[in-house]
Amino acid sequence: MFELDLGRLIWIFFAACLVNNFTLSYFLGLCPFLGVSGRIETAVRMGMANIFVLTVTSICAWFLNTFVLPHAPYLRLIAFIVVIASTVQFVEMAIKKLSPALFRALGIFLPLITTNCAILGLALFQTNRAYGFVEGLIYALGAGAGLTLALALMAGIREENELVSMPEAMKGAAMSFLIAGILSMAFMGFAGLFSAAG
Amino acid sequence: MAATAPTREDFVKGLWRENPVFIQLLGLCPALAVTNSAINALAMGAATTFVLVGSSLLVSSLRRWIPKQVRITTFIIVIATFVTVADFSLLALAPTIHKELGAFIALIVVNCLILGRQEAFASRRPLRAAAADALGMAAGFSFALFLLGAIREILGNGSLFGVPLFGENFEPWVIMILPPGGFLTLALMLALFAHVKERRERASQAAASGAALRRAA
Amino acid sequence: MSAPEAGPLRMMGTLGLAGMCSGLAIVGIFLVTAPRIERNRAEALEAAIFRVLEGARSRVAYVLRGADLVPFESPDNGLPKEEAVYAGYDESGALLGFAIPAEGAGFQDTIKLIYGFDASARRVVGMEVLESRETPGLGDKIIKDADFVGNFRNLAVDPTVEVVKAGRTSDNEVDAISGATISSQAVVKIINASNERWMDRVTALTKAGGGGGGPE
Repeated sequence: MFELDLGRLIWIFFAACLVNNFTLSYFLGLCPFLGVSGRIETAVRMGMANIFVLTVTSICAWFLNTFVLPHAPYLRLIAFIVVIASTVQFVEMAIKKLSPALFRALGIFLPLITTNCAILGLALFQTNRAYGFVEGLIYALGAGAGLTLALALMAGIREENELVSMPEAMKGAAMSFLIAGILSMAFMGFAGLFSAAG
Repeated sequence: MAATAPTREDFVKGLWRENPVFIQLLGLCPALAVTNSAINALAMGAATTFVLVGSSLLVSSLRRWIPKQVRITTFIIVIATFVTVADFSLLALAPTIHKELGAFIALIVVNCLILGRQEAFASRRPLRAAAADALGMAAGFSFALFLLGAIREILGNGSLFGVPLFGENFEPWVIMILPPGGFLTLALMLALFAHVKERRERASQAAASGAALRRAA
Repeated sequence: MSAPEAGPLRMMGTLGLAGMCSGLAIVGIFLVTAPRIERNRAEALEAAIFRVLEGARSRVAYVLRGADLVPFESPDNGLPKEEAVYAGYDESGALLGFAIPAEGAGFQDTIKLIYGFDASARRVVGMEVLESRETPGLGDKIIKDADFVGNFRNLAVDPTVEVVKAGRTSDNEVDAISGATISSQAVVKIINASNERWMDRVTALTKAGGGGGGPE
């Protein structure tokens, strides 16, 4: 469980963050991605909240997969979703108490983390690939970093776009997806990362 | 409470005016991830229809007994059960499709569309209305997915439902079945819908002001 | 139209009831679909076994008991749920080789494959990718590209299988798919790792007569 193959861990982190970015390659986590305002700070804070929930989910998923679910594999989905809902509820209460300003800034997006495909997606992918405890943790951190990166990039570009004139039909969601498509193409360039070493 | 909008209206609105993907922007994760071919798109549409209609029917029947504070959790439990049923049924009846859709079948649980309809409609309206709404939304969702899937498959693979459409010399735009293709196709469809909507609004505004002028005259 | 505010007992009761009904429904669907799912899996695997061991007409499954491979007993000649390798026999009952399922990390996700191994000749005689999620149009050529798969029809495994980019110069080399180097390397890595695990036992079994020439 705790054997550390550093090379593999580094690959898992960068693969989740860049090569197979959760938002730009797997289409997970699009709701916050679209809704993020042009404020990079809010985007980064949103990303941090996601990283926390992802990490906790990864640990819980590992526990469930190792000790509980081998006896009842068909309960996997329900177990995961209950864990995620509870974690988000807990994070919401914690943020409300520790930083009311942040709580107000995140607003509706906090409870929406429950329906963020990325969280459940992480749990499912981690299960399919049978990651160990440390691998799962690194995977969650990499995925969270990737989500935050995508959010920040999107926020920054949208901020710039406010000053640009464009056809009415393209404003709003259409432009966001166009930007996402170009970002996605750019991230495909990371496919060659490590291939020389691999 | 007086009878609200007729059932037909509840059904039709999900198809076009309040289309879940193109207008409401819900359920985008599967809309982009599994639309790399038309058949996958339809399969995902069918699975989502099953979950949405089933959940709506159940939630609507039980709406008087679900306490308000725990309603979201209850909805999620209902939806997750239907998704698990769909997952196992697909694995038993159509293993190839199940393999193509992969983890995205399970991800139907977090499809904002389904939870959204329970919260906004099924938990407040009687059975017939809820059923009509669910069917309409599901049909609109499947239609949107099919449109995306067909475009991406035709351009990205030169085929539709696996049947090659063009000759040997067609060089498929592989980018279309890769992630960027999903984003770009959706962007263009959204722009198209927005454009049509804007023209329709301008036309109806012109008609309304024309009528007002005639009345004033 | 929805229920009014309720006390904690009522809330817990509702959630408990919902959970129980949900659990029952899930267990129910599982029990109903399990036989069919198992049959699908067995059929797919069997078809793959016969494809990677050309000429095979029957098979016997072997599972690990302790450190040894023993034949898997099953009343309906079903496939074991645990890890297994499969000995393939032709019509005359002669041992053709072993079909070995293996899996490992690919570029995008896990790759599951099965390959045929002739222990007496120490060669891979066939390979089929069972499950993969590699990049469409590039990495998924490991399934579709006939030339790539053809590499595995007669592949020496000593000392290990290696990946080359410019063309095969020796029997233990595999020509990678251009544009899908990582996916190609992943396939070879999976086979090498699997050989390390099974080759000695499989060779010993072959020398011992291959388990008796097939099922009765």
